[in-house]
Amino acid sequence: MLEIRLHGRGGQGAVTSAELIAIAAINKGNFAQAFPSFGPERRGAPVVAFCRVDDKKINIRAKVYKPDVVIVLDPGLLSLLDPTEGMGEGGILIINTKKKPQEVAIAPGRSIKVVTVDANTIATEELGRPIVNTTMLGGFIRATGLIGIDDIKEPLLERFGKKLGERNLKAMERAYQEVSIGE
Amino acid sequence: MARQRKGIEVSIAMADAVAQANVDVIAAYPITPQTHIVEHLSEIVANGELDAEYVPVESEHSAMSVCCGSSAVGARTFTSTSSQGLALMAEIFYIAASMRLPMVMALANRSLSGPLSIWNDHTDTMMVRDAGWIHVFVENGQESYDNVFCGFRISEDPSVMLPLAVNLDGFILTHMIEPVIYEDNETIRKYLPEVRMKNALHPDNPVSMGCFAMPEIYTEAQMGREQGLLDAYPAVVKAWKEWGDLTGRYYRPVETYRTEDAEYCIVTMGSYGETAMEVVDALREEGEKVGVVKIRLWRPFPFEDFRSAVEGKKSLIVVDRAISFGGPGGPVALELRSALYGRPNAPAIVNYVAGLAGRDVARSDFRKIILEGKAKASKGETEGFTLYGLRG
Amino acid sequence: MAKPMEKITWQELEAGSVVTEIGNAREYETGSWRSERPVVEASQCIKCGVCWLFCPDACIVRASDGHFEADLTYCKGCGICAKECPVGCITMIAEEG
Repeated sequence: MLEIRLHGRGGQGAVTSAELIAIAAINKGNFAQAFPSFGPERRGAPVVAFCRVDDKKINIRAKVYKPDVVIVLDPGLLSLLDPTEGMGEGGILIINTKKKPQEVAIAPGRSIKVVTVDANTIATEELGRPIVNTTMLGGFIRATGLIGIDDIKEPLLERFGKKLGERNLKAMERAYQEVSIGE
Repeated sequence: MARQRKGIEVSIAMADAVAQANVDVIAAYPITPQTHIVEHLSEIVANGELDAEYVPVESEHSAMSVCCGSSAVGARTFTSTSSQGLALMAEIFYIAASMRLPMVMALANRSLSGPLSIWNDHTDTMMVRDAGWIHVFVENGQESYDNVFCGFRISEDPSVMLPLAVNLDGFILTHMIEPVIYEDNETIRKYLPEVRMKNALHPDNPVSMGCFAMPEIYTEAQMGREQGLLDAYPAVVKAWKEWGDLTGRYYRPVETYRTEDAEYCIVTMGSYGETAMEVVDALREEGEKVGVVKIRLWRPFPFEDFRSAVEGKKSLIVVDRAISFGGPGGPVALELRSALYGRPNAPAIVNYVAGLAGRDVARSDFRKIILEGKAKASKGETEGFTLYGLRG
Repeated sequence: MAKPMEKITWQELEAGSVVTEIGNAREYETGSWRSERPVVEASQCIKCGVCWLFCPDACIVRASDGHFEADLTYCKGCGICAKECPVGCITMIAEEG
């Protein structure tokens, strides 16, 4: 089982990212869960969303405490929280930042793979707004290989409609190409 | 709709099930965490995808009143609520059962104020435990979807004619996206007959409903309710069996997991049963002879199924999601203790109350509850209850 | 004739205590509650039906000549008809022991 935690701010669509990963995995015949950190929705406040993917039925009805993958949608959150909390060796940390992985001073000395995506730039260019939840999925797909770009196409287009969906898809594909994967 | 497996939010799947059940009337007032269920239903009706009346009422009291009226004329009726909404409809909630009006409610379980909280536990449903409704608890999205159909089938069965609540944990289930298998409409049609109500309100066959009762007749009326609810049991079992025969997914009033050779069991109700199974798997690998007993049918309480499920066990660790203040502990433990009282070799019962108002109960917490509970039972510490995770 | 309620067993009650026998309130003869009865001066009655409309027990009936009077099997003697009659042709008279 792969456990994923997403950090974002209310309104940035962290839950949508989790949802798209889960639906893509489910459509492939796998089992998955996607859920928010439950509570009132507060625009701008730091929020967390969770996702689990497995090849058998998932029976856990609790938050993700030991994530294998963490996605940080908003670089500003890095000064507020430790994105690697609960993460074990071999974890993957995917951050929206202009920096290269080696420039990100997170988890030095730990065997955590840092992956960076300049999602703000990509999303602004492709969508006209720095809404990065779908862009960051490109980084996720590239870094984990859990699902393919093709797997997420259908849920993405269903979620956003054809016009907006295709622009989101383009942003995601660009992120997939432009991602920087650390050692 | 063709049979398909979808990744979908459980609330949406439940609303889709209500539409597939070809419901006639929906009356509901939105409240967290039930909101997505009724929002989606109002969209389905507004889009013309379902020929039904969606009555946007001004309160839950009105919602249940509309439901009573529509059920009384023999219309298939659905509503949904949570917490304070249930509290506000409590008056009519009792009346629905006393008038034997079939309907299905998705009860997205949430704590009751105060302090004000929107998160999940079972305090709301326990408030109406004694109202005379049929109460079913589900553990996941598939069960939520399935039990909409089973719910209508049971509730509207001419031998039952009682309202039924499908209890699903608020947020934990309502806001979860997971795989759900949708059955095709043909299967649903086969399973769910048209409503046939013996005494439906109709000008051709006038009857009086909701009459006042003098002391000379109230006792007899209450016995009728009691027996009516007890008589629902075989219809519940039959409806679940036939659903299983059609879909391969069988439900039972009390479900067990790895209990055959278990010396002790954890007992849960609702979505916690899933995490409990996961933890029991891990403990089994360490040699613990532990199993899970899950109460699915809460009312009418399946005494015999429960007794046979726990026969020969040394102890039961019961995880409640509500407190009966000033009473003996959690409502489920209270029920189980009374079910076993005075029986020879009855298992000892240790009661925990956990996960109040959305406090997460992780695998490590279940592990602690199970092992600590086992130790308490062996020391004979079975009085009262433990509020798990309490500071101070 | 409906069974007196103190004789009905719980098994005999319809589910939900629904009353399926139509109009059996007729068997409940409330005329014995009365201490005064309405007496209609038929010659003054304008046949307007106001008494019929107001009677809380629906016991006002129309006589063959069109004027209204109370069915004393059910009339409880409340006096509303006398109070409401626009021409004052109804008088409440004490029932004599």
